[in-house]
Amino acid sequence: MIFYYLGWISIIFGVIFNLLGALGLVKFPDLYNRMQASTKCVTIGTCGIMLGIFFIRGFNQMGIKALICALFILFTMPVAAHALSRGSLLFGTKLWHKSVIDKFGEDKKGYSQISKEDEAT
Amino acid sequence: MNRKIIFFLVALILWFLFTFNLNYDEIIVGIFVSLLSAFIFGGYFIEKPIKIFQIHRWFWLLVYIPIFAYKCIEANLDVALRVLHPGMPLKPGIIKIKTSLKTEIAKTFLANSITLTPGTMTCEIDGDTLYIHWIWIKEEEEEKAKKMIAQTFEKYLKRIFE
Repeated sequence: MIFYYLGWISIIFGVIFNLLGALGLVKFPDLYNRMQASTKCVTIGTCGIMLGIFFIRGFNQMGIKALICALFILFTMPVAAHALSRGSLLFGTKLWHKSVIDKFGEDKKGYSQISKEDEAT
Repeated sequence: MNRKIIFFLVALILWFLFTFNLNYDEIIVGIFVSLLSAFIFGGYFIEKPIKIFQIHRWFWLLVYIPIFAYKCIEANLDVALRVLHPGMPLKPGIIKIKTSLKTEIAKTFLANSITLTPGTMTCEIDGDTLYIHWIWIKEEEEEKAKKMIAQTFEKYLKRIFE
C-alpha cells in the first residue's frame, strides 16, 4: 500500500518537473540555456514517472520494463544534448549577449561566439 | 572476439528482462537478435570487458549512485528555480576543464554526469579537455572550476572504470 502512494507521489513530481522543463524551453534566451532546462528537468521528470510506475506495479513485466526505460533515458538524454550543442557550436550559433566567457570559440575558432546586444540568437 | 561474447551475454540478459517470459520462441528470437547485434556493434564495446566481473567495481558503482542521485535532484531544483524566477538569474558561458580519466567509457560517464548535475552541460570533448556550458559562472579558472564541477565524480569513476 505504501508503495502505491510512493508511486503516485513520484509520478506527480515527474509531471511537475516536465512542465517546468517545457516552461524553461520557452523562457530561456538562447539555445544552450534552453538545452540545459530541457535536458535536466525532462530527464528527471520522465525518470520519475517511470519509477512511479515501477513502484505501483512491482516486479512484473510492466514494472521491469519501466525501470529499463528509465535507465535508457538516463543514459541517452545527455548524449543527445551533447550532440546537439556540439553541432550548433561548430556551426556557429551565437551565445546570449549577457554571456560572460566563451573558451570554446577562443580555442577552436579564434574569436568568441558571444552575440552583440541587439543581435538575434 | 572476447568483447563480442560478453556483448552477446549482456544483450541476451536485457532481452529476457524486456520480454519477461521464457517461451521457447522468445528465447530463439532473443538469441538471434543478440547474435546479430553482437556481430555489428561488438567492436564498439568497452575495451577490457573482463572488468564487468570484478566485484569491487560494482561496489563502488553502488556507492556512486546515491551521490549522483542527490546531485541530480539538487541540479533539477536549481534549474527549476531559475525557470520560475521572474528576473531570470542567468550568467552563462563556456569554460574548459582537463580530466585525468583515460578510458573512453569513463570519459563518457563523466560527461553524462556533468550534464545531469548543477547547471552544467558538456558541449565538446577533445582528448582530455572538456568544454562545459555553465548556466551561472562561479569560477573562470581551469583548476578551481574543475574542483567545483568534476572532482567528486572523477574520484569514484576512476575506481569504477579504471
